[in-house]
Amino acid sequence: MTPLLSVQGITKRYGAHIGCADVSFELFPGEVMGIVGESGSGKSTLLNCLAGHVRPDTGAVIFDTRADGPRDTVTMSEPERRMLGRTDWAFVHQNARDGLRMGVSAGGNVGERLMAVGARHYGDIRDTATDWLERVEVDAARIDDRPTTFSGGMQQRLQIARNLVTGPRLVFMDEPTGGLDVSVQARLLDLLRGLVRDMGLSAIIVTHDLAVVRLLADRLMVMKSGRVVEAGLTDQVLDDPQHAYSQLLVSSVLQV
Amino acid sequence: MTQYNFAYLDEQTKRMIRRAILKGLAIPGYQVPFASREMPMPYGWGTGGVQVSAAILTPEDRFKVIDQGADDTTNAVSIRTFFERTAGVATTTATSDASVIQTRHRIPEEPLTEKQILVYQVPIPEPLRFLEPRESETRKMHALEEYGLMHVKLYEDISRHGHIATSYAYPVTVEGRFVMDPSPIPKFDNPKLGDMAAIQLFGAGREQRIYALPPYTKVVSLDFDDHPFEASKADHPCGLCGAEESYLDEVIIDDAGGRMFVCSDTDYCERRQAAGHVGKLGGKDAA
Repeated sequence: MTPLLSVQGITKRYGAHIGCADVSFELFPGEVMGIVGESGSGKSTLLNCLAGHVRPDTGAVIFDTRADGPRDTVTMSEPERRMLGRTDWAFVHQNARDGLRMGVSAGGNVGERLMAVGARHYGDIRDTATDWLERVEVDAARIDDRPTTFSGGMQQRLQIARNLVTGPRLVFMDEPTGGLDVSVQARLLDLLRGLVRDMGLSAIIVTHDLAVVRLLADRLMVMKSGRVVEAGLTDQVLDDPQHAYSQLLVSSVLQV
Repeated sequence: MTQYNFAYLDEQTKRMIRRAILKGLAIPGYQVPFASREMPMPYGWGTGGVQVSAAILTPEDRFKVIDQGADDTTNAVSIRTFFERTAGVATTTATSDASVIQTRHRIPEEPLTEKQILVYQVPIPEPLRFLEPRESETRKMHALEEYGLMHVKLYEDISRHGHIATSYAYPVTVEGRFVMDPSPIPKFDNPKLGDMAAIQLFGAGREQRIYALPPYTKVVSLDFDDHPFEASKADHPCGLCGAEESYLDEVIIDDAGGRMFVCSDTDYCERRQAAGHVGKLGGKDAA
């Protein structure tokens, strides 16, 4: 089986400072990978390298494209990479404001990716947008409202709808539940889990919230100081952490 | 006026602007950066158009300036006088007599010929500006032909108003490649942009961009399959000359709600009146 994404020796330095160093892993279709670690451990840098937002210093990110099979996205041309970014890839930002156009209505936000790949029929775009708003549990009557009038949880769900509307195969998520209160988090996680299963999505989720990876991720990587210190099946890593830092991380979770 | 070089600008500056114009003509719809000069008028008054006109004028030219179609408004009068004094060129208000026409917000009603050049004053040359504030990003979008965002603007129009409510500065695709802002002309004028016999030059002084449409260029207004482009105008005949096909201005004529619709192209309207056409309010001192 060809991995959907094969990451080989990704290193990114900011001057003398290490962003992330020598990260390698493979992600298979339908698999969800969690990346956990404390702030500054390089997990967001890694995600940005994978998603093509930041160019890594060394290493390869090989994605199994629909048309040409496995291709290195680091060396492919920018138009191709940007095309991937709005078709087969999706990126969910921690702060919904970074991923949404706040001056554009909810329907316009969802429709943007469709129009970017050539949809030119207003009625069809609107129907798809309505359908997606319902799938992410946003009231379809609010299709013409701007995201500024939405609550934080609704904005995050709208961002997810906007990203998934073109049927991507790989979703990058940067702390998708960060900044939301616990009950809203639970609902969002439930929604994400449903969508990932239904659509057979592969996903890479960066978070510092162990509950998120416990629920969503099949596999887990623990990062510290830019390096992967432990990797394995989620339950295995969380229930029986081997590395000292993983043990600290797991034991730091507050029990209510 | 011997104190000024011909047409105000020095020869090196005109040379630089001509190079930008030629590049613009070679790549229709592409915004060419140029080193815009300070002109003796404020930004927003046509500094871009004036520089383009200065660069292309020759002593034999006959120059016409219109502002919203009119030859007698402040902007038109001051720019016309400017070139009368600094270039000594002949001026005219008759569209057919002019070899260079500088315009703000209109295309003359009378079809232009291959012997004419139309110079537009452009406030904001970037059609994507209000959707994407970063210049680095909009340049990339032009380069990679990523124009989905332009349709988001039209989508927003329809979702809010039920139809495409953008009525001026309506975006167009040039030769199937660049999306271009036609300057704030009414969308009524959009169909005239395409396949025009005259050269069309666009100058944005503050934004330091020049772009161009060579003669007979294919220009298509953006739209949706189920909401096609429509060149709209006020649904009235002209009050003075009775024209049904021209673009109209609405003029309030008293404080009791009275109004009249008149051709915005004054030259066109006067010629029709001289030829004996009379509208409903024609002949009376309506204004």
